[in-house]
Amino acid sequence: MNKSENNMSCAEFQAQLPELFGCGEVIGDHPHLQRCNLCRALLADLNAIAEAARDLFPVKEPTDADALWENIESAIAHEGVV
Amino acid sequence: MPYSTFTTRSPRETSTSPSVEVALAPPNGDGSKFAANHDAADVLARAQAGDHQAFAELYSMHKRRIYSLCLRMVGNVAEAEDLTQEAFLQFHGKIDTFRGDSALSTWLHRLAINVVLMHLRKGRLQLDSLDELMEPTPDQRPGRSFGAPDIALSGAIDRLTLQRAIGDLPAGYRLVFVLHDIEGFEHNEIASLLDCSIGNSKSQLHKARLKLREFLRNHPRQEGRK
Repeated sequence: MNKSENNMSCAEFQAQLPELFGCGEVIGDHPHLQRCNLCRALLADLNAIAEAARDLFPVKEPTDADALWENIESAIAHEGVV
Repeated sequence: MPYSTFTTRSPRETSTSPSVEVALAPPNGDGSKFAANHDAADVLARAQAGDHQAFAELYSMHKRRIYSLCLRMVGNVAEAEDLTQEAFLQFHGKIDTFRGDSALSTWLHRLAINVVLMHLRKGRLQLDSLDELMEPTPDQRPGRSFGAPDIALSGAIDRLTLQRAIGDLPAGYRLVFVLHDIEGFEHNEIASLLDCSIGNSKSQLHKARLKLREFLRNHPRQEGRK
């Protein structure tokens, strides 16, 4: 922990968040979060959003997969690539 | 081989596992997986040799993942179907170039992402690059968070609202968010795919999450508490 991290304002901390998220470090241990409820709540929200998104989209079947295949076949035939 | 000699029967599901890998692996005690790998490798080899029915089987194996990927990236059913079609056409044209260095599903996944990116490049007011796409207008950017009330979103995120929020994201934010948080790509991979810097990818992802948070704060739960 260094002095600048200890005295960081919310603006300074939040400006560093993209890099902190991207480097894979445990952000929760950051000194600023020990004394800032606002940024702690922000971090919790962003983590919750990322986690919720992971399970959000089930793998789906195209609306009409057979018709889609017919279009693909037709396009392949039209392009003469088979 | 003339096209008319191929069957035009619509392919049906040939596998319940759309992400079957094609790299041949030794049978380390998992006979069924080895058999599936062997079957998939055989199908791929036949398709590469020009067997149209084998290509139909590959379509069956991978159509759901590719369509779902396109749908997540563009957020529109009709566009997603067109892009799925284009991805499989490109797959057909390039199938000879697949050498098995990665899993077929991974290779096809990347091919589909490139198809979507090409589509976005063409469609967005004829942009020359993704730069403009990646930089939303000022009113589309997330607001600053300083002084905002603590709403304690954690544990209370409504799926429908989040889906809507993702669909509402500016295209550049959505791309990076989908690629990183949903598809699991790393920032260096996204930077390579989108031809942007790693820092830009991180910044876009952060802004996307902030924008989603903002949306969730402004929209109450839609599903109702269960």
